[in-house]
Amino acid sequence: MKNENNIAPILKIQNLKKSFGDNHVLNGFSLNLFEAENLVLMGRSGSGKSVMIKCLVNLMQPDSGSIEIMGKDITKLNQKEMNNLRTEIGFLFQGSALYDSMTVRENLEFPLRKFPEYVNKSEELVLEALESVGLKSAIDLMPEELSGGMKRRIALARAIILRPKIIIYDEPTTGLDPITAKEIIQLMKGIQLKFKTSSLIITHDVDCARVISDRMILLIDGINYIEGTFKELSNSTDKKVQEFFK
Amino acid sequence: MGILLKIVETTKTFLTEIGELSLFAQRFFKEVFTRPFEFKELLIQGYKMGNKSLLLVGVTGFILGLVFTLQSRPTLSEFGAESWMPSMVSISIVRELGPVIIALICAGKLSSGIGAELGSMRVTEQIDAMEVSGTNPFKYLVITRILAATLILPLLIIFGDAIALFGSALIENLKGDVSFQLYFNKVFNALKFSDIIPATIKSFFFGFSIGLVGCFKGYNCKKGTVGVGEASNTAVVYASMLLFIVDFIAVFISDIFFEI
Repeated sequence: MKNENNIAPILKIQNLKKSFGDNHVLNGFSLNLFEAENLVLMGRSGSGKSVMIKCLVNLMQPDSGSIEIMGKDITKLNQKEMNNLRTEIGFLFQGSALYDSMTVRENLEFPLRKFPEYVNKSEELVLEALESVGLKSAIDLMPEELSGGMKRRIALARAIILRPKIIIYDEPTTGLDPITAKEIIQLMKGIQLKFKTSSLIITHDVDCARVISDRMILLIDGINYIEGTFKELSNSTDKKVQEFFK
Repeated sequence: MGILLKIVETTKTFLTEIGELSLFAQRFFKEVFTRPFEFKELLIQGYKMGNKSLLLVGVTGFILGLVFTLQSRPTLSEFGAESWMPSMVSISIVRELGPVIIALICAGKLSSGIGAELGSMRVTEQIDAMEVSGTNPFKYLVITRILAATLILPLLIIFGDAIALFGSALIENLKGDVSFQLYFNKVFNALKFSDIIPATIKSFFFGFSIGLVGCFKGYNCKKGTVGVGEASNTAVVYASMLLFIVDFIAVFISDIFFEI
């Protein structure tokens, strides 16, 4: 599938299936994410959003289906190739997932350690990433000294430090107060504009979806139930779709 | 019938755990010799484990030597064999008491610590974050900790044994007017390589067991925050059990190779 400008998707999921015993979480889910696009994926808790993104970064193996990232089928890659591909993907975890035992600086340097060419530039890259999220002053703090919003920002800085082509956001505003949530959303928009990244945003925050989405997919019963812009989906008369926008 | 089913179920769970632990150990041996090697993290973990356990091991060793000598004195006095005290204490401590007791203390401290640390990293998705960033968390977290425990435990045991002998010498000096020089002369006369070598070799296996169980429990912790506590607890229980099994095998083997 190509978009209206005839560009192939940077991320392509086709007919993804995953079950846990009798619980069929994904029943043939598909999506295409195009370059510099913000795609929001919404679904109820337990609808399989987290399972889908874990399959996407190979933290979990799907039962069937294919996942292509930048033209590479990840189910056919070996560990080394997968690790190399992972550096093209930034991941913002729901709980930030900062390494407790490391300072902010060490947290940001961690993804760089695999690349000898970055050893001399690490300080510069860390400062630049921290500047992008407005937290340069927190460089020597430990994660326990940061607030929830600050942790999310640092996690975002860590996600972008290798200049990934795709960023996956797992519930980026969950657990944050409305003001901090808005700040994070603005930050995400800013980063997308600055680095021209493609973003896959998993959320059930309607405000976040309205502000940031170019396109949306609703994940219901393990399939992509409906696709469209925020306006199209919010005006839908389908009862299941309407439940999300009440 | 209910009890029988429970016994079957418990046995099944236990055997499954043994199988999973064996696979975990197999993965360790498969990955320990392949690049990249995380030397810096290994040194950090070795320093942390050694540094944090030094005081505990020292105090335990000192009390062990002190109490063991105090308790043995009356019996040896009855037979007029007080002069055998340094030989008896040193052989007992170096061969068996020192390694086992210090390893048990370290099982409580290190194994539970590793279990809790890796468990909380698993629960808070830090291990996933590591994997997503292209780093192999098994190499970075597990291999370094198991190796550090394997290398540090013999050093801690040697240190603990030395402090225990000092504690014993102190009591002999205070109660039996035996000088430190005379005490340690007798100690070194009594000790043979066949006492020291098997004890040192088995202490590497003790360290490996402590690291392996702690990492296994923490790395595979899956049940939220409750799971972290469980991982930490069961790590101590499993590591202690494994230590006794390893000790039995080690004594059995050294009986074949060295005349005990």
